[in-house]
Amino acid sequence: MKNLMRQIKNYPSAVAGLAIILLLVALAIYAVTAIPYNEAVRLWRGGDNVWLETPRNARPAWFNWFYKEKKPVTIVRRTTDESAQKTELDLGGGVFIKDTILEFDFNYDDFPTELAIFFTASFQAARPNMNLVWVTPDGREIPLTELQVRANESYRVSQDSRLERRLGAKPEIGLFADPNNPGKPLKGTYQLRAEGMVFEEGSTVDASLVVYGQLHGLAGTDHRRRDLTVALLWGAPVALSFGMIAAVGSSLTTMMLAAAAVWFGGWVDWTIRRINEIVMILPLLPILIMIGLFYSRSIWSILGVVIALGIFGSGILSYRSMFLQVRESGYIEAARAYGAGNGRIIFRYMIPRILPVLIPGFVIQVPSYVFLEATLSVLGLGDPVLPTWGKILSDAQSNGALMNGYFYWVLEPAALLMLAGLGFVMLGFALDRIFNPRLRGL
Amino acid sequence: MLNVETTQAPAGVRHRSAGHNLNRVLKYTLVRGLTLLATVVIAVYLTILIANGGGYVDQMRIGQIKEQVIVAMGADPEMAHLTVQQRRELEEERIRVRIEQLGLDRPFMVRSFEYLWNGLTLNLGSAEYLLSDSGSRQVRNILGERLGATLLLMATSQLLLFFCAMFVALFLSRRYGSLLDKIVISMAPTSAAPGWFYGIFLILIFAAVLGWLPFGGMIDAPPPRNPWLRALSIAKHMILPVMSMFISSIFSSVYSWRTFFLIYSSEDYVEMAKAKGLSDRQIERRYVLRPTLPTIITSFSLMLITLWVGAIVLETVFAWPGIGRLTQQAINLFDTPVIVANTVIYAYLLAVTLFLLDIIYSLVDPRVKLGGGGTRA
Repeated sequence: MKNLMRQIKNYPSAVAGLAIILLLVALAIYAVTAIPYNEAVRLWRGGDNVWLETPRNARPAWFNWFYKEKKPVTIVRRTTDESAQKTELDLGGGVFIKDTILEFDFNYDDFPTELAIFFTASFQAARPNMNLVWVTPDGREIPLTELQVRANESYRVSQDSRLERRLGAKPEIGLFADPNNPGKPLKGTYQLRAEGMVFEEGSTVDASLVVYGQLHGLAGTDHRRRDLTVALLWGAPVALSFGMIAAVGSSLTTMMLAAAAVWFGGWVDWTIRRINEIVMILPLLPILIMIGLFYSRSIWSILGVVIALGIFGSGILSYRSMFLQVRESGYIEAARAYGAGNGRIIFRYMIPRILPVLIPGFVIQVPSYVFLEATLSVLGLGDPVLPTWGKILSDAQSNGALMNGYFYWVLEPAALLMLAGLGFVMLGFALDRIFNPRLRGL
Repeated sequence: MLNVETTQAPAGVRHRSAGHNLNRVLKYTLVRGLTLLATVVIAVYLTILIANGGGYVDQMRIGQIKEQVIVAMGADPEMAHLTVQQRRELEEERIRVRIEQLGLDRPFMVRSFEYLWNGLTLNLGSAEYLLSDSGSRQVRNILGERLGATLLLMATSQLLLFFCAMFVALFLSRRYGSLLDKIVISMAPTSAAPGWFYGIFLILIFAAVLGWLPFGGMIDAPPPRNPWLRALSIAKHMILPVMSMFISSIFSSVYSWRTFFLIYSSEDYVEMAKAKGLSDRQIERRYVLRPTLPTIITSFSLMLITLWVGAIVLETVFAWPGIGRLTQQAINLFDTPVIVANTVIYAYLLAVTLFLLDIIYSLVDPRVKLGGGGTRA
């Protein structure tokens, strides 16, 4: 093992590959600990209330480093915040005025994408009243609307067509536009005056203002407002475990079969080779598609089928020729002489002998399975609940991400897939040279 | 599969008699053809078993029968003066009779062989949702319309790939150890990603950012009238998909083929030929390329298997109107007959491709001609 590490050091590509793999493993461990499985599934399924306060199709926030004109990020202000300026006035008879001023600085060079206000209220019978006034940095006061608040209420400012007609522009633009230069937003401190009135003792009304930006978080969001970070993080453990289990599973079983074919010879060998010929040219993907469609889309049942079909494969022939050599070696004869059984000879003496040769092949195989998962996802047969890299690509593809210029949506999962692929293949190629000295000269 | 462990064949041996050789080649081809046919039969049978695991083939057949009966009754003027109730009873009665006639109530094992025959002859009835461009609902017509596009795309890229990879590999084996050689070799890991993956990048660069080439599809809309302009338009749409298949496979093929060339050019008989004073070109053609070709064809046919299957997604990504895209559309619509038919057609396409390569293999492999155990298929 120590020797192996020393040899790996001689191959810069192997070191790079190993570094990439370790990085992905670290990412996978972080993902699993930071976002537990159930939480990841819940976030990715994203019911109505999970992604209420994230913008749609927003680019990653760090894009602002490269823009000369800064794009807005999402701003959220709540009346329950410490910083909110509250005034309360008792009018008697259980009627209270609860005014709150929500204040935020807007110093960006572009307009937000949407504007919404969400309310929560508690009351017995009489619904609280809320009057909303927008105050621009230059002191203009624009009344938005007045409404009776239910327990949960939302006011999508951007969809208010009356307001739009009044402003002569879409609300998210009209409310921010500079009167002297309507193409640009006015920078400065904006205020939302939420003038509440409750009609019962102990009744409350709260509002939160969401100014949806054009950028969001580390990875941006998709068409369903989901933060892509969740899926990018969780894609790592899924891809790694799918790729590695499939590669190990199919190589090990293939090897056992090859060993059995060589050891028993005769009709066993013949049958295994014939089956191999057939399975090798079975159209694997169409069969997987049918299984995904008719039985189960779960990534784990697909994994089982992949391993089952991968037992027979191109590897069996090369293992066979290796085992043919092993069978003739002296220590096998010695084992037979002391009366070792078939199983013992195959598992204790033959397979351990060629395991080292197996390792490079197995490492090189991992990416093909990682990409297989992505392939199935792009065809719309991805796991129904798990967030994976392939599913992000699939969403991006079906929503015309490239045509609409949402390049980040495609490039982020693609970069991770490529990274995983390169890492394993680079390491595998180098290992191949270490374990098969014949190749070293070439 | 083809014989992978090609031993060092004496390449310069002259042919004995032409008739004898032809016989060998024919026999080899025949055996391979039969093996591949058996594979197709098994693949289709497996498809039927999987598809009917959820009773889908049965549903497909019953759906077909219902439609036939209803259409037949709708066309019958006698039916016009029956009440709705009577009509429905008559319908059910006729459907039941028809199901019995066709033997759908027999055990599945018996029926499965009938389905196998229907599958092999692509006699799969009508699609549930999809239509062919000419408006037909027959699965066979839908597939037939799409097959041409797929064949055009695949044949172009496979031929391009084969010849480019061979020339580059030969070229690099001559300049073994040069900077160019090292660069190409270090690119080999890029083949870990399938063609469609590079397709996304190519679309991004050439369609979205630069705007030089179309995002996808096969021809401009509306299609040009002039046949030359038409061909040009198709060629323009083909550049990106062909390029993405090319990029995803070229480096690893060059890498492994170059290795084959290097192994074979270090044989004694090559040294011997050099000593005889033959030109480099002659040595390459007769003593290096000739014995390496069978190995290369074997590795090429292994690669083609992945290429064919990868085409499903590639066509989806490029909206290329072939059978791969059809598969994806059928998945989205859950159109069972089309999906089953697609699996069958892929089995056929794979087998035919491999069969063609096998014929070429038997023509270039000296052992097949000499009968040195070439028919160990």
